[in-house]
Amino acid sequence: MTKKIKNLNLNFGPQHPAAHGVLRLILELDGEVVEKADPHIGLLHRGTEKLIENKTYMQAVPYFDRLDYVAPMNQEHAFALAVEKILEIDVPIRAQFIRVMFCEIGRILSHILNVTTQALDVGALTPSLWGFEERETLMTFYERASGSRLHANYFRAGGVHQDLPAGLETDIAKFCETFPKIINDLENLLTDNRIFKQRNVDIGVVTKEDALDYSFSGVMIRGSGVPWDLRKSQPYDCYNQLEFKIPVGKNGDCYDRYLCRIEEMKESVKIIKQCLSKMEKGPIKTFDGKITPPSKKDIKQSMEALIHHFKLFTEGYRVPEDEIYTAVEAPKGEFGVYLISDGSSKPYKCKIRAPGFSHLQSMDYLIKGHMLADVPAVLGSLDIVFGEVDR
Amino acid sequence: MNNLIDLEKKINSELGTKINTSEIKHNQIYLEIDSEDLIDVVLFVKTNKDTKFRQLIDITVVDYPERSKRFKIVYLFLSHEFNQRMILSYNISENEVIASLTPIFPSANWMEREVFDMYGVSFKDHPDLRRILTDYGFEGHPLRKDFPLTGHTEVRYSESQKKVVNEPVKLEQNYRNFDYESPWEGTKYIKELTDSNDKKN
Repeated sequence: MTKKIKNLNLNFGPQHPAAHGVLRLILELDGEVVEKADPHIGLLHRGTEKLIENKTYMQAVPYFDRLDYVAPMNQEHAFALAVEKILEIDVPIRAQFIRVMFCEIGRILSHILNVTTQALDVGALTPSLWGFEERETLMTFYERASGSRLHANYFRAGGVHQDLPAGLETDIAKFCETFPKIINDLENLLTDNRIFKQRNVDIGVVTKEDALDYSFSGVMIRGSGVPWDLRKSQPYDCYNQLEFKIPVGKNGDCYDRYLCRIEEMKESVKIIKQCLSKMEKGPIKTFDGKITPPSKKDIKQSMEALIHHFKLFTEGYRVPEDEIYTAVEAPKGEFGVYLISDGSSKPYKCKIRAPGFSHLQSMDYLIKGHMLADVPAVLGSLDIVFGEVDR
Repeated sequence: MNNLIDLEKKINSELGTKINTSEIKHNQIYLEIDSEDLIDVVLFVKTNKDTKFRQLIDITVVDYPERSKRFKIVYLFLSHEFNQRMILSYNISENEVIASLTPIFPSANWMEREVFDMYGVSFKDHPDLRRILTDYGFEGHPLRKDFPLTGHTEVRYSESQKKVVNEPVKLEQNYRNFDYESPWEGTKYIKELTDSNDKKN
């Protein structure tokens, strides 16, 4: 008698704690081995690009916070740079240091979340408890500078919204002294941990060739041994004045990507320290009254400033006709903005290139032949945030 | 090629008639081609030892509803070896079907699905052309300029039918799109006057 054997189809998510958001992953299983993975995304699609087309350039900034909501300012940075390049405006040096400093804080925020939740996915609870305390400290820095913990809306074309409040710089400097110890504590828990290694070493291996073909960027490509970081290769703002190293993996597996993230956090602390020491008092946004809103004091005294203020918050500033692609090294990889301006005060087209989109696409390639239990480990090391994948 | 001017020359001399226009701005190279030359051009820039655009960053579309060739398809490439970016584009009309890049770049799969979903552009020989970002059973292509910002339908849970239902959008207040555009730089005739004065002086 012959028995008919059928593969099992399993729905992973959309409400699954290890899916890191709203991912519906349809897995075809042969026993416990994954034969095929078909991610269904878009459950968090909000039409960001369409909304940006209908808003002025200044109103578009908050939408970028809501993409990768774990590291909001890094996204704002890409948009600000794109607009600045078209408008050909220079950013004051203090603003550049502030922006880079907050981008690195964002990188630490994102990496803490990723490393600790990846540990959580494979069974370690403690790292996330320790990590989230540090995240909370970092988010208070966000709050003190911008007024909100997550959706900062802080970067502007031409600088940042306002100067740092008194005492913030010393507090960030203090954090830089204490934080490396926390990274060490996390490493003590995980790096040589037998279970953590069993779950991550040789899982989800990406070769150099495939990393290129699948449009990987960020830690996903560096973990496979390609030394590529936009902060070094195509420096923006003041990154060329700062010294830092690019950690590169060797085997391209989940474990190497974890190690890269840990090392990157250490480098980020170094960058923040350098920013703090090099930062001098000075202007924090361009003086061009057609782009930067005037100060409250000026509005009370100058008619021209009042008109500028009114026009900036109704019509917004106009951006000459152009087409540009700008990318920044966000914590998750290359985050880019492809902007087409038509001379009006609203972007004609704003395509957002999210790193997580290409990473999640390779899920089928990464997971084929692995066990079902490896799905959360691979998914965790891809560093997916649905805000940016679904846009 | 280590600098963009050499690269532009190289591409123009090797591909000749296939390149309609080329331009360097913002430290990137912008190429315009015809839709039927896509595969040839992409294969060349990916494999040639002097270009090596080995990474496809993104595919997107720009919609110009007033043009006869309505869609401008845009491909963004990156070369790690030479640290250069290239923007490749061509125009097509609404019902044209274009070649898929999936055999050359596996990552083109989802990017083309997104283009199909958002703009309704179809790809020939695409392995799995389904909608990707919008809801199951969604109709229309949201990023087209003639698709309203508020959409056509909205979903809610119907207590009486005990299921999620799609209904036409009903807004308490219609979406208001104010026209703030004004000659902020001074009215046009004043600008013309000052320009002509500048010329005289």
